[in-house]
Amino acid sequence: AGNFQFPEIGSLHLIRCYPPASAQAFAEKWKLNNPAYPPWTWVKSLEVPIFATNQVEEGYLSLENVCIVKSNDDEVASCVEGEASLYDKEDEESTDSATLSGNDNVQPYYFDFHIIYSASFRVPVLYFRAYCSDGRSLGLNEIESVLPANSAKVLLESKWTFITQEEHPYLNRPWCKLHPCGSSDWMKLLFQAVEKVDRPAMELYLVSWFSVVGPVIGLGIPIQMLKEP
Amino acid sequence: MKEAQEFVWMGAIPLQIHLHESEVTTVPPPPPALILAPRIGYLPLLLPLIKPYFSSTLPPGVDTVWFEYKGLPLKWYIPTGVLFDLLCAEPERPWNLTIHFRGYPSHLLIPCEGEDSVKWNFINSLKEADYIINGNCKNVMHMSQSDQLELWNSVVNANLEAFIRSSSKLKSGTIEDDYASKISWMVLGKVPVRLYVWNVSEDFGDMEDAPPIDSWDRISYVNRPLEIHREGKCFTLHDAIKTLLPELFGKKRKPSEGENDEQSFGSEEETKNNRMTEEGEGNISQPLETGSTADDDPEIKLLRIQGIEPKLETPISWVANHLRHPENFLHVCVYIKVPSAKSL
Repeated sequence: AGNFQFPEIGSLHLIRCYPPASAQAFAEKWKLNNPAYPPWTWVKSLEVPIFATNQVEEGYLSLENVCIVKSNDDEVASCVEGEASLYDKEDEESTDSATLSGNDNVQPYYFDFHIIYSASFRVPVLYFRAYCSDGRSLGLNEIESVLPANSAKVLLESKWTFITQEEHPYLNRPWCKLHPCGSSDWMKLLFQAVEKVDRPAMELYLVSWFSVVGPVIGLGIPIQMLKEP
Repeated sequence: MKEAQEFVWMGAIPLQIHLHESEVTTVPPPPPALILAPRIGYLPLLLPLIKPYFSSTLPPGVDTVWFEYKGLPLKWYIPTGVLFDLLCAEPERPWNLTIHFRGYPSHLLIPCEGEDSVKWNFINSLKEADYIINGNCKNVMHMSQSDQLELWNSVVNANLEAFIRSSSKLKSGTIEDDYASKISWMVLGKVPVRLYVWNVSEDFGDMEDAPPIDSWDRISYVNRPLEIHREGKCFTLHDAIKTLLPELFGKKRKPSEGENDEQSFGSEEETKNNRMTEEGEGNISQPLETGSTADDDPEIKLLRIQGIEPKLETPISWVANHLRHPENFLHVCVYIKVPSAKSL
C-alpha cells in the first residue's frame, strides 16, 4: 500500500450547507480510527462550469476505490485497504488478495462513495457506485448482491433506507442513492439523545448520520468515532 | 390565476421525430412522426403515439427507448417544455428529435422502464416539493394509491380539470376551493426551484448563432429551494436568480436598485462563512459601497420559464404561483455570460 495520491484538495473548506466543521470533524475522526481505509477527502465542484469560475462553496465528501471483496461461495465479505492511487484503477500491486488466506475464489469490487448535502431535505445523502476490476459498472441488482451479507440484511430490514438509481447531482452520471426520506426523523431522534452530551451536537452530525447509513453499504463505523476525543 | 394555469397546461411543442438511421431496416425509410407534445409532460409518455410509425421497420430485439437532440441524449425526467427551452436557444418549430429503440446509453442516462419510471420520478418530485414547502412529506404520503394514480393520469393526459380535482386531495383531506389558498405559502417561505444554467462563454448576436449544447456537463443544474424571507418587499425574479447563484452574484451585493440597506437574503451564519472563506481566498470580488451593480456582474442573456421570457422585475411570488409545473417545481432555464475576469 503506501502513499495515497489525492486530487488537489488542500484544507477542507467551510461549507455553508453543512453544519460548520462537521465535514472536517468527520473526515479527521475517520482518518484516526480507520487506518486501513483511505481517508475521506473533500472534492470541490470544479466540474460544474458555473462554480469553477468563482469562489467554490459547493462540494462533497468523497471516498473512492474502496475495495470490497466477495468470495464466490457467499461468505461474509471483508473490506481491504483501498488502492493507493485514485486514478489508476488497474494498479495490480495494491490489490491485497494475499491477506485473504489463499482463497482463490474472490472477486474484488470497487466502490466510490460521495456524501452530498441535499438542500431540499437538509440532510446529507449517500451516493455510491460500484465497478469491477475491468472498469465495468455494476447495476443496482448486482450491487445489492455484492454488498457484505450483514449489510444486505440491514438493508432489507431497515425502514429508514432504500437504494435507488438516480443521477449524481454534479457528475451527470447514474449513481446509486440511499434515500433520505425519513432521515430527518431519525436525525432528530439522535439529536435529542446527543444534546444531553457536553460537546456541540453539530460536531457529531455527520458521524451520527454515518453510523446509521454506513452499515447499509458495508462501511462499519468503529465505536471510537462515536466517543469523545 | 386559472387563466395562467390553463396557459401552462395547454402549452405544447410540435415535435418531428426521426428514427435513428441505424435502426431503419426498410427502404424507403419511414417518414418522421409528427407529435404535439405537452410542455408539462415527459418524452417517454409519447411512446404509444410514436411507436406505430416505426414498429414495422425496427430491427428485432427488445425496446429500450431514448431520445436525442443533435447528438445529446435527453434526460427523460426533465419536462418536455423545459428541454425545449433549454436546448433550443432559437426555438425550432417543429423541434427535430431522434428516437432510438436500441442501445440505451446506460452509462449516461438513468434507466427508464416506461411510464412507471416517469410516474415514480414525478411522485418523488412531488414529495420533495412538499418537503420544501411544509417541512414534511405528509401531504403526499397520505394520499391513497388511487388518488396518486388519478393525479398522475391527469398529468399524462394534460387534463387540468382532473388535476385540480385530484390535487385538492393533497391537502390532508379537506377539499378547498381552488389554488387561492395555496398562494400564501409561495409569498413567504420556500419555493421549490430547479434551475438549468448554461454558462455561455462566447458572445453571439442572435440566438440562432448560439453554439449547440453537446454535453450535459455544460449545463449547471441547481436544485435548491428559494427562500423568501421578507414579506412586503418586492422580491423579484432577478433577486431570486441572484439568491440561487450566490457564487456568481455575490451575496453582499444589493439585489436591485432602490432597495434599502437592511435587506439581505442569507442568514447571518452564511454571511459569516462567506467572510471566513474570503480571508483564505484572494480572488473574491469586494463588496460594493454603492447600491449599483458592478460591471463584472454576470449578464443574464436569456431567462425562460414555460416558454416565455418574463421581465426580471416580475415578483417571484407571481412567477412561482402561475408558472410552476404540476409537481410544484418552478423550472427556470437561464443563459448566463460570466465575464472572463472572474475565472480562476
